[in-house]
Amino acid sequence: MESDQLDAVFTALADPTRRAILARLAEGEASVAELAMPFKMSQPAISKHLKMLERAGLVSTAVDAQRRPRRIEGAPLAGAVGWLEQYREVWERNYERLDALLDEMKAVEAKARKGSRQ
Amino acid sequence: MTGKVSITASGERELVITRLFEAPPHLVFEAHTVPALMKRWFTGPEGWTLATCEIDLRPGGTYRHEWAHEDGRKMGMSGTFQEIDPPHRLVATELFDEDWTGGGTVNTQTFEPVGDGRTRLTTTVLCTSAEARDSMLQSNMEAGIAASYARLDAVLADVPIGKVA
Repeated sequence: MESDQLDAVFTALADPTRRAILARLAEGEASVAELAMPFKMSQPAISKHLKMLERAGLVSTAVDAQRRPRRIEGAPLAGAVGWLEQYREVWERNYERLDALLDEMKAVEAKARKGSRQ
Repeated sequence: MTGKVSITASGERELVITRLFEAPPHLVFEAHTVPALMKRWFTGPEGWTLATCEIDLRPGGTYRHEWAHEDGRKMGMSGTFQEIDPPHRLVATELFDEDWTGGGTVNTQTFEPVGDGRTRLTTTVLCTSAEARDSMLQSNMEAGIAASYARLDAVLADVPIGKVA
């Protein structure tokens, strides 16, 4: 990681509100209004924090014209989170590959069933 | 979309991992017990492959997984089956060569039908002690960030003064 980006990541992570925002986004994407709710902060104040997180590459804005939900970005955090987060990530990737394999297995089984009926 | 992996603490020594699959239990079970199928998906982080996968699927039978990274790194894990009840349940004791779980674990996997041909897979990892489990749970942001700062300190300590970019 570039030193500038690493600086931006650690600066972004140094604030408890921004860490809480990341923790919330780790559970799923959320709009600025949804993010502002638990913090008793104005939306502009939250937007300011989000801007710092975006500059660090930790958060991106999903393409959804109305809500413009924010989502967490894994790559810059990969070196900066605890063991369990990495563990979870590994399981998620494994299971995504398993999803694809199960689709294939279902197709093979359906074909075999069809064949045995004929 | 079948939903994300959920990892939660349970009791003092357990970690519970759940995930929903769009396939019936017998297929999910098969994908967890046939080496050729395991090698297709149980490959771990980017850049790794499951190079060795040996499974002796009977109570008391052992299994061995070895992962290899394209840069030459390796990691391995061995286990012994305690219970096998296809396609419902698998219980095994398991230990990574690197032992990052603070001793061996007892892993119980249940393959539960949840309608529409779907399966909820629940993996319960029972650690040897509350300390071992809690060290696995050093996941909250604060701990993660503290650890990162510690790593950063270590990196910076190696850089001659004045050369820090």
